[in-house]
Amino acid sequence: MADGAQTGASRRDVIQLVAGGGGLVLGFALAGKGEAAQSAPAKLNTYVTVRPDGWVEVVSKNPEVGQGVKTSMPMIIAEEMDADWNKVRTLQAVSDPVLFGRQFAGGSLSIPLHWDELRRVGATARALLIAAAAKSWGVEPSACTTEPGRVIHKASGRSADYGSLAAAAGGLTAPDPQTLKLKEPADYRIVGRFTPQVDTPAIVSGKPLFGIDVVLPGMLFATFEKAPVFGAGVESADLDAARAMKGVRKAFLVEGSGGLEALAPGVAVVADSWWRALKAREKLNTRWKASEASQMSSRRFEEMAAGSARSAADKVVRHDGDVDAALKSASKTIEAEYAYPYISHANLEPQNCTARFQNGKMEIWAPTQNPEPGRQLVAKTLGLKPEDITVHIIRAGGGFGRRLSNEYMVEAAWIAREAGAPVKLIWTREDDMRHGFYRPAGWHRFKGGLDAQGRIIAWEDHFITPGSRDGQPGRSAAMAATEFPARFTPNFRYNLSVLPISVPTGPLRAPGSNAISFAVQGFIDELAHAAGADPVDFRLKLLGDFGLVGTPGRDGYDAARMRGVLKKVAEVSGWGRTKMAPRQGQGVAFHFSHMGYFAQVVQVRVAEDGQIKVEKVWVAGDVGRQIVNPSGAIQQVQGSVLDGLSGALGQEITLENGAVVQGNFDSYRLMRINEAPPVDVHFVLSDNPPTGLGEPALPPAPPALCNAIFAATGKRIRRLPVDPALLAVG
Amino acid sequence: MAYTLSVNGRTRRVDVEPDTPLLWVLRDTLGILGPKFGCGIAQCGACTVHIDGAPVRSCALPIDAVGKGRVTTIEAIGDNEVGARVQKAWSELDVAQCGYCQPGQIMSATALLAANPRPNAEEIDAAMAGNICRCATYIRIRAAVRRASGQPEEA
Repeated sequence: MADGAQTGASRRDVIQLVAGGGGLVLGFALAGKGEAAQSAPAKLNTYVTVRPDGWVEVVSKNPEVGQGVKTSMPMIIAEEMDADWNKVRTLQAVSDPVLFGRQFAGGSLSIPLHWDELRRVGATARALLIAAAAKSWGVEPSACTTEPGRVIHKASGRSADYGSLAAAAGGLTAPDPQTLKLKEPADYRIVGRFTPQVDTPAIVSGKPLFGIDVVLPGMLFATFEKAPVFGAGVESADLDAARAMKGVRKAFLVEGSGGLEALAPGVAVVADSWWRALKAREKLNTRWKASEASQMSSRRFEEMAAGSARSAADKVVRHDGDVDAALKSASKTIEAEYAYPYISHANLEPQNCTARFQNGKMEIWAPTQNPEPGRQLVAKTLGLKPEDITVHIIRAGGGFGRRLSNEYMVEAAWIAREAGAPVKLIWTREDDMRHGFYRPAGWHRFKGGLDAQGRIIAWEDHFITPGSRDGQPGRSAAMAATEFPARFTPNFRYNLSVLPISVPTGPLRAPGSNAISFAVQGFIDELAHAAGADPVDFRLKLLGDFGLVGTPGRDGYDAARMRGVLKKVAEVSGWGRTKMAPRQGQGVAFHFSHMGYFAQVVQVRVAEDGQIKVEKVWVAGDVGRQIVNPSGAIQQVQGSVLDGLSGALGQEITLENGAVVQGNFDSYRLMRINEAPPVDVHFVLSDNPPTGLGEPALPPAPPALCNAIFAATGKRIRRLPVDPALLAVG
Repeated sequence: MAYTLSVNGRTRRVDVEPDTPLLWVLRDTLGILGPKFGCGIAQCGACTVHIDGAPVRSCALPIDAVGKGRVTTIEAIGDNEVGARVQKAWSELDVAQCGYCQPGQIMSATALLAANPRPNAEEIDAAMAGNICRCATYIRIRAAVRRASGQPEEA
């Protein structure tokens, strides 16, 4: 039990955060000391506790980073247990793989991995409450039914609320979840309804909820300076100058181990306020050891990529048919080179973490998407046993994939142990921008061939991507051999070259897809125009009459679902039926990722000076038969689209002398409200299991934007971010 | 150096260096954690508070410059009739995704509506453009400002 850890939620929530540690009973800490045993809360399973007053507590296992799972996952449980949503309290689980299995926010996987399981969790709780009621009434359970929060026996007119049944239900043996009948969707009362996030009241009143808001008794504040050149060691630092500053308690070197994803070398300053720690950091005058990485520059990367594009590829990843022969026989061939830059996650809450090392135990409060690997990393780096480390999962001010890495967790743990006091480590915005795991830059050199009927008969993509010296693409820098339009064109070749570039990379919302779709859907658009075809019709023809291609859950691609969303978006956007003004145009794109099928139409108007106004976006998406929470679902789609546009219009991380140039939001531009178009969202329901929405709506946005710019101006954008100077008249 | 501040209607005394930004006095010295740190250079607006009712980026305002100004943070904005309306609209429309920027958004929106009770679309965008939402909840922010000002949500 943490003495007084506050994340600001109620103290009870805090107790709850802490209680799950060694697999003990969730809900245990809620029993007031004066409560008699028969009125104690009853834990019906790992996730559900029913209190005597009728409140139902539902544990949310995965990290909440703004994707809404702390609301949507408990909604699924509450639906099947037929709880009254107004009397459901959601509690964030701690990291506990024994109780919860894998707990992470990534891959848009929370819903697809848990839809069935959480429904059965809820159904189990409901069955126990019914059994308790039936037993007390001496009737058959099958004669009972439920209304929200109550068990009903219609024949006798009896009913009992869940709270009064809790203790008895808690003493019964749970039925086999597989034997339970689940609700028909037509009977849903919670799932499918617009449901505000459970933390909304706390958010709008400024309650401390986030990692950066964690406060512990006796806590100190830390800043950690790392080399501008990734991973460079410390040559020297004026620690005494820092120590002489007001409020400073410790200043020390960290040698580091385990690389950038664990503990990088640097200098830590610990003070009684974060501002004082920062001021002291300015006195360090740190000198860094020479590093080979200082040779890196974005200009050099471009030269390397251009060299690769002119040369033979390192290897052929896939070759179907005979691309060379098809290109020779084609009625028309075109070639184009596409490029996109490194970009940063730029979570609005800078990386931070709070840690306390006491009596050999490490306790960590982390806004992380991936707590268990963080716990293991801390154990390994600090030489602790994993069971001596507790990780509290704290709401994060944005994830976007950045918080799948846990190096800030290791840093906080290390610094707290060295400091001998609880420590909250906060990165500056510049630390965050310059020490990321960036969306990798990439280059595509395309060749395409059309036959006399304007069909694609040849497609070649020479994909050039950063990676290791031995030819392995970097983290999140690979492209699958089945990437569209593989399998949809008879003659298809995917060539790969890997540039030896050691900029740290990692997953950023719809990794791979968020960039590859820009290139692929851009080049498809070029082929459509070369064929003199309508870009929607051309795409429908490319999808052909294929059904499911490949294996579901692995490389499966359901062309029928994609045709469905493409037709839908053409319909709702007025595609081909809306008269455009001069320099106004619509562009279309589609992409499949994270089990979601998405098509978008973007409408732009481009001013004479090249400034782009995105006027509207229409989206059609197919994520299966059920939208769990329409509020969160629309939010995720709109946010993903605007995120994609924001990146395409303004974002670029560049390197000079091995260091990231951009440091803050003055040099790294995020979309602001005056640039945000309306985004009209349509879900196409299909008879498939529900899948996630954190990512798949993003990838079509950048290419639909650039295809719209082409429609408006006749100028093809082949490099991101979009340079408005290229679009000026004259 | 010792300073006397008016924060959320209370007089608070703090002893900090003159260049300490108001944000860090609020957060680390006074434990008022609603205003958030996002950039440190008045670019993102997550730290927005009111001084005498006007929105201010507290991350870039040294404590020495606050003077006798009455500081209001998200924690007390609900005591203000306009602020309460804004919070209500934010809740009803479920504006937040991660929620980190929203205290700052609500402070900017409240200042806007206090000065201009029925802003048009351009005025809303202009007043809110200093607040970045990385999750890009801008569509609902616009709708919530309109709802809080008694206007139809669709412009």
